[in-house]
Amino acid sequence: MENREEILNSLKEKLSTVDNLNDLNDIKVEYLGKKGSITALSSMIATLPVEEKKIFGAELNKLKNEATELIDTKRFELENKILNEKLANEKIDISLSGTKVPMGAPNILEHLIEEVEETFMSMGYDVVDGPEIEEDKYNFELLNIPKGHPARDAQDTFYIEDETVLLRSQTSPVQARTMLAAGGDKPIRMICPGKTYRRDADDATHSHQFMQIEGLLIDKNISLSDLKGTFDTIAKKLFGEDCVTRFRPSYYQFTEPSVETDISCFACKGKGCSLCKNTGWITVSGAGMVHPNVLRNCGYDPNVWSGFAFGFGAERLAMLKYGINDIRAFYQTDLRESVGFDRKEV
Amino acid sequence: MISLNWVKDYVDLEGEDLKELAVKITKAGVNVEKVVDNHIDNLVIGKVVECIDHPDSDHLHICHVDVGDKTIQIVCGAHNVRKGIKVIVALPGCILPGDVEIKAGKIRGQESNGMICALFELGVEEKTEENYNKGIEEVTSNLEVGTDANAYLGRDDILYELDVHKHRNNDCYYHLGFAYEIGCIINKPVTEPDKSYKENKESVKDNIKLTVETDKCPYYTCKMVKNVTIKESPDFIKKRLIAAGMRPINNVVDISNYVMLEYGQPLHFFDKDKLGDTILVRNALENEEIVTLDGNNRILNSRDIVITDGVKPICIAGVMGGENTDVDDSTKNILIESAIFDAVSIRYTSARLDLKSEASIRYGKGLNYEYTDSALNRACHLLEKYADATILSDVVKHDKIDKTAKVVEFTTDDVNTLLGIVLTDNDVEVELRRLDFPYKLTKGIFKVTIPNRRLDIDPNVNDIAEEIGRLYGYHNLVSTLPKVTTRRGVYVGDIRLRKEASKRLRSLGLNETKTYTLTSEEMASKFKYDAKENVKLPNPMSVDKSVVRTSILPSLINVYEYNKARNIKDILLYEISKTYDADYTEESKIAILMKGNYIINEWQHTVAKCDFYMIKGIVENLLDYLGYKNRYAFEVAELPEMHPGMSAKILLDRECIGIIGRVHPSYKKDEIYVSEISLTKLYNKQIKPIKFKEASKYPEITKDMAFVVKKDVTAGELLQQIKKSGGRLLTKVDIFDVYVGENVGNDEKSIAFSLTFSDSTRTLNDNEVMELFNKIIKDVETKIGAQIRNK
Repeated sequence: MENREEILNSLKEKLSTVDNLNDLNDIKVEYLGKKGSITALSSMIATLPVEEKKIFGAELNKLKNEATELIDTKRFELENKILNEKLANEKIDISLSGTKVPMGAPNILEHLIEEVEETFMSMGYDVVDGPEIEEDKYNFELLNIPKGHPARDAQDTFYIEDETVLLRSQTSPVQARTMLAAGGDKPIRMICPGKTYRRDADDATHSHQFMQIEGLLIDKNISLSDLKGTFDTIAKKLFGEDCVTRFRPSYYQFTEPSVETDISCFACKGKGCSLCKNTGWITVSGAGMVHPNVLRNCGYDPNVWSGFAFGFGAERLAMLKYGINDIRAFYQTDLRESVGFDRKEV
Repeated sequence: MISLNWVKDYVDLEGEDLKELAVKITKAGVNVEKVVDNHIDNLVIGKVVECIDHPDSDHLHICHVDVGDKTIQIVCGAHNVRKGIKVIVALPGCILPGDVEIKAGKIRGQESNGMICALFELGVEEKTEENYNKGIEEVTSNLEVGTDANAYLGRDDILYELDVHKHRNNDCYYHLGFAYEIGCIINKPVTEPDKSYKENKESVKDNIKLTVETDKCPYYTCKMVKNVTIKESPDFIKKRLIAAGMRPINNVVDISNYVMLEYGQPLHFFDKDKLGDTILVRNALENEEIVTLDGNNRILNSRDIVITDGVKPICIAGVMGGENTDVDDSTKNILIESAIFDAVSIRYTSARLDLKSEASIRYGKGLNYEYTDSALNRACHLLEKYADATILSDVVKHDKIDKTAKVVEFTTDDVNTLLGIVLTDNDVEVELRRLDFPYKLTKGIFKVTIPNRRLDIDPNVNDIAEEIGRLYGYHNLVSTLPKVTTRRGVYVGDIRLRKEASKRLRSLGLNETKTYTLTSEEMASKFKYDAKENVKLPNPMSVDKSVVRTSILPSLINVYEYNKARNIKDILLYEISKTYDADYTEESKIAILMKGNYIINEWQHTVAKCDFYMIKGIVENLLDYLGYKNRYAFEVAELPEMHPGMSAKILLDRECIGIIGRVHPSYKKDEIYVSEISLTKLYNKQIKPIKFKEASKYPEITKDMAFVVKKDVTAGELLQQIKKSGGRLLTKVDIFDVYVGENVGNDEKSIAFSLTFSDSTRTLNDNEVMELFNKIIKDVETKIGAQIRNK
């Protein structure tokens, strides 16, 4: 097959100039189609002597394969080129803004409370709830605050029925209810975050409705040191591992001894700044050992059982933690402020 | 305010740094909020040795003043400055009240190296025209020239401003009690004031007859003094009253206040001659009247206690005396009352009359009867000494006080267990001695008697542990944790459901709000779809917080308005909160509000707008998530404040659990969609555990059909019939088109369904599907009156 090289060279030359699939197809027909120049060569077989037929046939096949491969390679090249051109045309401006999927921010107080709950639940505390319209008995009397006690004056209460039904002024009644329900013979670990109400005129630092996070632990041989350790744990969780705590003597009607609990100022690390009024310390909660009268009133024998109770103001914690200056922010839901809370904690 | 000069009368403070002491006191539980040091530096007594007129002024003088170590020239403008008088001199460097710094300089060309002071310039008197006209202070005492003038002015005192918790507000509210507190902190004994006096032979019992007819006066004592001289109080009394924030009046009135500040026991002085010979203490009569010392006529009721002369009230017990028996400049004979009244009653009367007096504050805290006696005697002592009084013998007394001693028994271990510390018996003894609590220690058991002055301490080990703990110092506590539990805490009751619903709604792009439970009546009257009555507060603070809401929706509308006013257009909100009806029945509700666009891409002009179907989708998603899939339905309903054509009740297991729809345009013209669902009702419905449902391994066959129906036929009705007729093999039905327009009649619409048939155990054949398909069409046509479209 003397013109083999000639045919391949002419094919190569044609392929080198082709720039679209149609022309490529024409070339394929020209060489390999029914009347193509390579296909035509097969008619020569009949004219050849028997011994050459075989050799010629094999060479012709080889030529067909080579030509097909050349054309396929070119096709692949062309297809790739077309695809790339198409993709180049499809290029978008990725700097344009993404579609806005709606945010779902928690209320700031709920956000904080969920974090506190998580910590206490990991320490075995249940999260318990109670009525907001409450009986005087649970809100005051069982908690060692009998009628006429001055402690009642300080908590200017919304009464619904004279001296009997009220909007709870603290979440402590949930503690009383929990103790009574437990029947005086089981240990208790619980926290009870919830809404409370007092007759305060609303301003930047006062709110007639606010949230407390109270907790109660009843068991045998519980000490003030256990309270200290518990408070340390929650303070570190909320305000960082380097947070230091201290207790100061204080007074609450339902605990004895009572303490006020301070954390080292996280803004100045205890050096003294405007946040901590130059003391290096910030008061965050009140706590103490459950008063024997309260234990007794709620069915626990103070000679056998002891425990501690503590209470945080959720607003105060949140104001400190997030640098909020106006308590009304929690109850207004300005969506421009909510945005910042549509995320997880550190 | 506690004057430390005063406290020094009772406890030795020699060598104590009073600022450090304040810190120690605070650490031990009584909060010293502020240490006020009134001392003015560079202020001395001087003597004017020469005084000539200023050559260039008609009123200034050039004075040479001996200030002890030297004589200095001062230009002074006071009219009463003259040679020979002793004056108070502020030397250069002295800072007067109001931050006025005295500097050496020249006044009209004459050197002036200080200032001769008037009392108002030293903050001792108010700056009034009268005081200005008095001129400079002329020192008449025999103080030496050059000595510090602060003591003369009563400015040598250190004052503690206390912020005391209610319980210690009793004993730390008076100087003797506070002296005991300091005594236990610095471990020094307390000496009580002198109460001695001489008694006349004449007995008070011959002058007054006492009857107490109310059980609200458990203790009432009187003594009588005669022939008092009303005059100015001695210096120390005046200074101490001023330091404590009271205005000196005259020796008699001042002594009654002085004793009150000393013992915490208010005294009342009656002009005996105006009073007559009877004291009757009783409950006031309804509408009984009295003109009090301040000149106001007060109308009383039967919860008040009055002191009467047997006929008419002469004093509102514990609150304020009457004008009719007031001590005045001509008073000669005095009946001194020292009593205890029911604290609650006093607080009630004081609050009701809006009449808070120094006395009522103290009575309102409760009193120690021992000091009721002491104060009476102390007043006699002072009246004898400073008002020339003759003291009559005996005491007239009514006494119903329970004097049982408060005794507590405990062991050191009890204290250790409670505090988590390790003290020995000896340590406890040390602390009890510091506290000045009498005790006995027998075989490891302490028996402690709590002094009556500590009204706040109950006889139990916790109270003792508190006293010991605060002296021991809580900073010495080590941190331990209660012994471990192996169980993680749980959300009890419906809290878990609340949290789950809340998290789902957040995930769905709704923002949590928290609003007020108390609303106005106007607000509470909206969205009254469940016909509940509101709890109304009998004494609300304001009309906008006067009722307890039964629905959260009005509050969400408020939050919507708040954000709208701040130019926020897309507002997606929810709140979960407890609500209460008039029977105090609690119902937790989930409220949702959606307005604007849900998903937005402005520049692409693609939005998913909030409409009825969007909020319906949110509610369906929530209910499915909470486990109620296929158990709920929406039923057309007309609801208050809701669009009549776009609102529905939500039924779960055929029970209404809430509402959904568009807010009525005449209530809020914006296109707002809301829903409110009872969390309490959801919580009461059991849900089934999750079960795996294997997807069919055999091919599904999907076929479409469209029906033309009258406009008032709902898609729901069609769907229900299709599902019913399709049976088990019809595994899914979707509506993919709703058409109203040219190709159907004016009162008609077309609804197109996509039906999916499958069987999880085999491949369905075309014939059986066709048969089922035709049966569905036939059923829908005959039962609903629908017409298949494009058959």
